Amino acid sequence: MTKQVRQLDRVIIRFAGDSGDGMQLTGDRFTQETAAFGNDLSTLPNFPAEIRAPAGTLPGVSSFQLHFADHDILTPGDAPNVLVAMNPAALKANVGDLPRGADLIVNTDEFTKRALAKVGYAANPLEDGSLDEYRVHSLPLTSMTVKALEDFDISKKDAERAKNMFALGLLSWLYHRPTEATVRFLEVKFAKKPEIMKANIAAFQAGWNYGETTESFSVSYEVKPATLPPGLYRNISGNMALAYGLIAASVRSGLPLFLGSYPITPASDILHELSKHKRFGVRTFQAEDEIAAVGAALGASFGGALGVTTTSGPGLALKAETVGLGVATELPLVVIDVQRAGPSTGMPTKTEQADLLQAMYGRNGEAPVPVVAPRTPSDCFATAVEAARLAVKYRTPVILLSDGYLANGSEPWQLPDVDALPEIDPAFAQPGEEEFQPFERDPETLARPWAVPGTAGLEHRIGGIEKADGSGNISYDPDNHDLMVRLRQAKIDGIARDIAPLAVDDPDGDARVLVLGWGGTYGAITAAVRRVRNSGGEVAQAHLRHLNPFPANLEEVLRSYDKVIVPEINLGQLALILRGRFLVDVIGYNRVRGLPFKAEELADVIRDVINS
Amino acid sequence: MSDPLALVPKDPERQTAKDFKTDQEVRWCPGCGDYAILAAVQGFLPELGLKRENIVFVSGIGCSSRFPYYMNTYGFHSIHGRAPAIATGLAASRPDLSVWVVTGDGDSLSIGGNHLIHALRRNVNLKILLFNNRIYGLTKGQYSPTSEVGKITKSTPLGSLDSPFNPISLAIGAEASFVARTIDSDRKHLQSVLREAATHNGTALVEIYQNCNIFNDDAFAPLKSPETRDDVTIRLEHGEPVVFGANRDKALRRSVSGSLEVVPADSPDILVHDAKNPDPSLAFALSRLDSPAFEHTPIGIFRNVERPSYDELMRTQIDEAIAQQGPGDLAGLLGSGDTWRID
Repeated sequence: MTKQVRQLDRVIIRFAGDSGDGMQLTGDRFTQETAAFGNDLSTLPNFPAEIRAPAGTLPGVSSFQLHFADHDILTPGDAPNVLVAMNPAALKANVGDLPRGADLIVNTDEFTKRALAKVGYAANPLEDGSLDEYRVHSLPLTSMTVKALEDFDISKKDAERAKNMFALGLLSWLYHRPTEATVRFLEVKFAKKPEIMKANIAAFQAGWNYGETTESFSVSYEVKPATLPPGLYRNISGNMALAYGLIAASVRSGLPLFLGSYPITPASDILHELSKHKRFGVRTFQAEDEIAAVGAALGASFGGALGVTTTSGPGLALKAETVGLGVATELPLVVIDVQRAGPSTGMPTKTEQADLLQAMYGRNGEAPVPVVAPRTPSDCFATAVEAARLAVKYRTPVILLSDGYLANGSEPWQLPDVDALPEIDPAFAQPGEEEFQPFERDPETLARPWAVPGTAGLEHRIGGIEKADGSGNISYDPDNHDLMVRLRQAKIDGIARDIAPLAVDDPDGDARVLVLGWGGTYGAITAAVRRVRNSGGEVAQAHLRHLNPFPANLEEVLRSYDKVIVPEINLGQLALILRGRFLVDVIGYNRVRGLPFKAEELADVIRDVINS
Repeated sequence: MSDPLALVPKDPERQTAKDFKTDQEVRWCPGCGDYAILAAVQGFLPELGLKRENIVFVSGIGCSSRFPYYMNTYGFHSIHGRAPAIATGLAASRPDLSVWVVTGDGDSLSIGGNHLIHALRRNVNLKILLFNNRIYGLTKGQYSPTSEVGKITKSTPLGSLDSPFNPISLAIGAEASFVARTIDSDRKHLQSVLREAATHNGTALVEIYQNCNIFNDDAFAPLKSPETRDDVTIRLEHGEPVVFGANRDKALRRSVSGSLEVVPADSPDILVHDAKNPDPSLAFALSRLDSPAFEHTPIGIFRNVERPSYDELMRTQIDEAIAQQGPGDLAGLLGSGDTWRID
């Protein structure tokens, strides 16, 4: 049977199943195959906080969305073209996102009366016509997998568990994905369980062969590799890029990396990753709590290390006092907050941008710190290097605001030339002729000397009590305190001279509306701006990496446009700062659903403002 | 046994106590026990002969935590309760430093209790001097986690309700490898304990009974008064029979219940102190002899056992990773995993 091959320029696939169905693994493998094939891609894992939520329930559904294309793309896609639903719960939780005409691949084995009733289906949706607007492929995935594996010496349960590999094989056939890497992956993953390894590989191949032979799929699809700038690429998630960026900063500065961390979703993977790289001299310290984690990092900084702590929103709240101590003692410290939905525990596995004001102001006293935010998963690398550069150069804690979407999402990354990365000079204090003044400042940067223990002649005492300008002795002098408060602020403000001006993308120069974003919304905003422009709208776009201080030209940029839209996954935190700082009446667009923006919703917002 | 000071540079010059004094005016209340401890530490450090710049004092918040300002070494006066955490990061990354933590009963047992127990169980190379005066001094006289039940203070006008911690019992329960108690006024004893603590591999907890003459004066009177002190103080010496009393006529013996009992010194089977016993039961039983009334209070080293320190274990993992895989190569790391080239 010769099958038709159809060309597509892009596809969005969503794998959905129970938390225990291995959907994240399946999505991850499909992503790796897609990356190796050379498509541009963007991913959105979406899973419950519970490790094994009750089977077959709506809260237990775990999904993984992947957008891949033959051109440069920016988001994991608004709506899937293909949904793989491993059970009724997965169908029910996701079918609402499917546009008419989408492909729906359903594992019919799980559509039992009981499973249907569990999620409130009165009738079987596969039979009652409610899915007529989709192209439904009803397949007994579980039983086909079990049948394919009947010659293997494994339990029925293990055979059933391989159904995700059957599905992956089928999808790999459907989209012409290379399979060698997945076979290699399974060989390594199950190296200690050879029979399970062989069974999983067999299930994967059976899925592929099923696509090839069945009449359920008469067409397969090709998405040609994307034309990206020449270079060496790999796929990378935001958390992995942060870990690599920190190691790069350690190498470029010559400072040993010390990570103090306490496990917290969605930041723990940074701790896991850095723990693997001891050959770089990386010390990872899993502390007893968030406070000890940042405390140990600051202690290591005092000793001349690159002190780093990683956390998520509630953890940043606990670290606030120590960040304040870092401000008072003027020591380098990198604080990474992978934001998640709050307040309090909130929704640990869902994304949000609502820690901006906490990062800016969440400390007692006047305690300014630089704040930076990466825009894409791969941009986490460069932003981590930048955070370390500022921390070391200006002797200050720096807060880096990533988010759950960037942390777990992934995209192709063109590997940087390591020799072209910024150099970071620790410029440790050296003994001089005169008596050491631990709070005498560099006239240009206003940074104080970093004198580490072990340096003879520079013995000194620092602490959280206000210090006299210059000598660093304890001081309660009113004028000295006023001066020190202003000096610490001026030091941070002065960083504006050391960062790139805000670049504005305004192709024809005649847009009257500007969209200004920060952090992980970059992909969705950029995709929305493209859509608006493609439909004839004129809109300018700018995206902030530095949130404190702002780039020096920000006010001028804001004043160059009639209207400024600020989309944020919070209730208007950047907007509040912009209004307060510049008296510019920006227009906020705010949704706080634990999910990234969709390009189409932002495009509608932009069109509305242009037309208003 | 690993020497925790092996990597700390020695000063070829002979040092004196004066070398460790700063030009800062000491601002404790006149008569405070902290003065005696400061003088004892400054008098002891020249014995170690370490370079001053390789010694660091880290403190939290409280009267005792002003200590680093008066030591001519590196010093870090940090946040209430957090000194063990900060010192852990420092000690774990700098084996060439001798790191000391100065803390009080409120600082280390109340707000910082969590960090204290975890530092002890990890066995980080820290020497923790816990000044215990059984009161909050800097906040002007509230009861502390070591105050006796029923303590009348500003915050407990009808008497405090909560049971106190016994810092020695707590430390032993937290898997501490070195636990000792001494008294501010007994300089010789204090320095003898410091000597053992400084060279102990890992965390050493030294509880120092310290008199706050403003808010809790005479808290340790039975241990200090010439009339009573010899009768109630049990001086622990490793390998020696535990005999005490003004006339050396009392001794300790294991009771049938497993705890310790006071018996005449000439009784059979009297206890011989073994601080190096891997089993902490005996050290714990000794710690339970203490009571708010100080009927008999052991001082000295309760426990002193060998265990690898956290920092040397951490260092070993790094050294082994480098030995097995070679030093880190950044370009190699970034290009690890599945890559593809676009021409």
